[in-house]
Amino acid sequence: EVDLEERLRELDLRSDSDVPDVPPPTDSTPEILKKALSGLSARWKNWWIRGILTLAMISGFFLIIYLGSFMLMLLVLSIQVKCYHEIITIGYRVYHSYDLPWFRSLSWYFLLCVNYFFYGETVADYFATFVQRREQLQFLIRYHRFISFALYLTGFCMFVLSLVKKHYRLQFYMFAWTHVTLLITVTQSHLVIQNLFEGMIWFLVPISSVICNDIAAYIFGFFFGRTPLIKLSPKKTWEGFIGGFFSTVVFGFIFSYFLAQHQYFVCPVEYNSETNRFVTECEPSELFQMKKYSVPPLLQPVLGWETVNMYPFQMHSFALSTFASLIGPFGGFFASGFKRAFKIKDFADTIPGHGGIMDRFDCQYLMATFVHVYITSFIRGPNPSKLLKQLLILQPEQQLSVYKTLKSHLVEKGILQPSLRG
Amino acid sequence: QESESENRLDGETASDSESRSEFGGSSAVPTSDDTPEVLNRALSNLSSRWKNWWVRGILTLAMITFFFIIIYLGPMVLMTIVMCVQIKCFHEIITIGYNVYHSYDLPWFRTLSWYFLLCVNYFFYGETVTDYFFTLVQREEPLRILSKYHRFISFALYLTGFCMFVLSLVKKHYRLQFYMFGWTHVTLLIVVTQSHLIIHNLFEGMIWFIVPISCVICNDIMAYMFGFFFGRTPLIKLSPKKTWEGFIGGFFSTVLFGWLLSYVMSGYRCFTCPVEFNNDTNSFTVDCEPSELFQLQEYNIPLVLQSVVDWKTVRMYPFQIHSIALSTFASLIGPFGGFFASGFKRAFKIKDFANTIPGHGGIMDRFDCQYLMATFVNVYIASFIRGPNPSKLIQQFLTLRPDQQLHIFNTLKAHLVDRGILGSLEDA
Repeated sequence: EVDLEERLRELDLRSDSDVPDVPPPTDSTPEILKKALSGLSARWKNWWIRGILTLAMISGFFLIIYLGSFMLMLLVLSIQVKCYHEIITIGYRVYHSYDLPWFRSLSWYFLLCVNYFFYGETVADYFATFVQRREQLQFLIRYHRFISFALYLTGFCMFVLSLVKKHYRLQFYMFAWTHVTLLITVTQSHLVIQNLFEGMIWFLVPISSVICNDIAAYIFGFFFGRTPLIKLSPKKTWEGFIGGFFSTVVFGFIFSYFLAQHQYFVCPVEYNSETNRFVTECEPSELFQMKKYSVPPLLQPVLGWETVNMYPFQMHSFALSTFASLIGPFGGFFASGFKRAFKIKDFADTIPGHGGIMDRFDCQYLMATFVHVYITSFIRGPNPSKLLKQLLILQPEQQLSVYKTLKSHLVEKGILQPSLRG
Repeated sequence: QESESENRLDGETASDSESRSEFGGSSAVPTSDDTPEVLNRALSNLSSRWKNWWVRGILTLAMITFFFIIIYLGPMVLMTIVMCVQIKCFHEIITIGYNVYHSYDLPWFRTLSWYFLLCVNYFFYGETVTDYFFTLVQREEPLRILSKYHRFISFALYLTGFCMFVLSLVKKHYRLQFYMFGWTHVTLLIVVTQSHLIIHNLFEGMIWFIVPISCVICNDIMAYMFGFFFGRTPLIKLSPKKTWEGFIGGFFSTVLFGWLLSYVMSGYRCFTCPVEFNNDTNSFTVDCEPSELFQLQEYNIPLVLQSVVDWKTVRMYPFQIHSIALSTFASLIGPFGGFFASGFKRAFKIKDFANTIPGHGGIMDRFDCQYLMATFVNVYIASFIRGPNPSKLIQQFLTLRPDQQLHIFNTLKAHLVDRGILGSLEDA
């Protein structure tokens, strides 16, 4: 009987109630807030703390946007590292894995390898001219696949050599945990950065839509909420869900209208090698030029107009907001299920009243991937700078034959005037 | 008790089923002896050790013969085989997860696992393989849409599966369900990505598919032989049967074997040419001008070896130099894939991944060393052998906007003029 118990415990088949609770996070609300709100009841106090922190985060967000693309990239990178850290720490606590040899170092090492791989694949294309000038960087970028694979293999072999007889299972669990976390956090953060380079509007509108949906659903639920939405998150209600959906669509529509007017948001981010800075200057693409749309006859009596001036991008914003309101919450439900499965209240206690960084960003992950897939499928074709980079590393004869093919194609389409000498 | 059970894991053969009872209900895969009757009768007189040796030997020969037949049948059959192996490996690993977690009753889970496998395969096929079938895909309207919007469609399909997973979470089984979700994804990451890299390598030229796989198989067999005859010093605690003598002997034999095999194969176009899909005949063709990798060249032997070998120069294919890199990887790093799988089996207290192949275990047992190899070959090719595929680049170019096309054209032109490949006044 004892043997069976032992074996079941080894296989981690204890019932959920046996799992020790992770100790509740300490209250990290700053002293000043506590004093200011000491008079109110606990419910209103919580509401105020959440409200103030929300405003603080949104202001921080606007500040970073003002500071430019480079700061945004750094911010995304820091968030990625912090989310990774939070999830790995939970894994440690759940499995009491502090004493596993090498494991912390290996987790951070793998994070580094995967980041290097992704940066080599994508970001280096944008910095092509910068990289061309420096010999060492050129080497790192040209062979980055091989180097990152070799680094990853080293980590893999270290893992195999570090397997300790008593802890095989735990070590495999943590290895898998690390890899799934990498898959989630690192790939998404790179997709976010790629969206950013497409144009800051592709970064701002999705994130704002998700935040708006969060807040609007909370407010609608607060005032009108009656019907529970899903067992996983008892605080969510259908009224909040639907109210949030409509508010987010309207918000996205209006917000895109304002952003589409400024070149700063609309143009692809480019790296200017002369000034060594990012510039966003271009001829706005047709997505961001006002067009007249006829209002469908159904809506004409309602609105009283026959045509309306809109940016085509606002149509796309419908798709983005719809996704943010309908599918984005599933990311939140997934995170809620995860927290219940491992009996934690929040991912961490970094932000008072809100929990950890992951708690704020759980809905954003699906959004980032969706925006990226949307852009590559419907908005633009392959990335021109990446194509150029690949052309430049072909063999000379191949380049010549490609050149000839391209030229005949362009002349055929009338894009290029046939040369007089030709 | 732990060490005792480990000894049993190592020493026993598939036909000894008495030791199974020790593990009771928590053992993952109960192995039954499914050696065919014919073999059983033929070998009934030998002792169990030799019997095991013969069973393994015969099955090894059978698998290698099968491998040759498949190669003979051509790329299409090879691709199909790779797909089948991928599905079988996925099935084996998922079944282990089920057995370990007694998860048969989790709602939806089997369906969801297979569904995710389908989505990820569709995504990868859309990313890579359709480039090779470009003209075929362009002709058929439904295929064209499936290919052009494949990212969006596969993402939508994946999301559907994701939402189904979230909706299927049951209060009592949260933890189990998340475990199985994680298990499925890690399995997909390992199995599906590698099988697609193998197909990539195959399209590069069948030699890039055959030589790595043969080197891994050769290393397996040679290390076993050397260990059998000369083995004394244990190599690693994880796999007590491996020895340093086997490891080193296997390394040298594999390098030699790879060298000879590449020499033989580089002479034939059907192995060295990239596989192309011929739109007119609707079949695969391997016909081309062999690249300089596969043309005999004179190499000077370093002075050190001249006295030994007694030649001043030697004629080799450049590919043989690359084969040294491939064989070295197969012998030195490939075994780590095997150690990883051994650790995995010990962690979850299973002897083999399955019992598909008598004497050898499951498909995964045979392929555990191949996975790292496939990724390495792909990275090696992409980094050192070839750049991007020119025809693919042209296709991508054609989908750009006119102003982008013009910009790229002008930059390319400036680059070519810069390098002197194109005269500045000449417009070819």
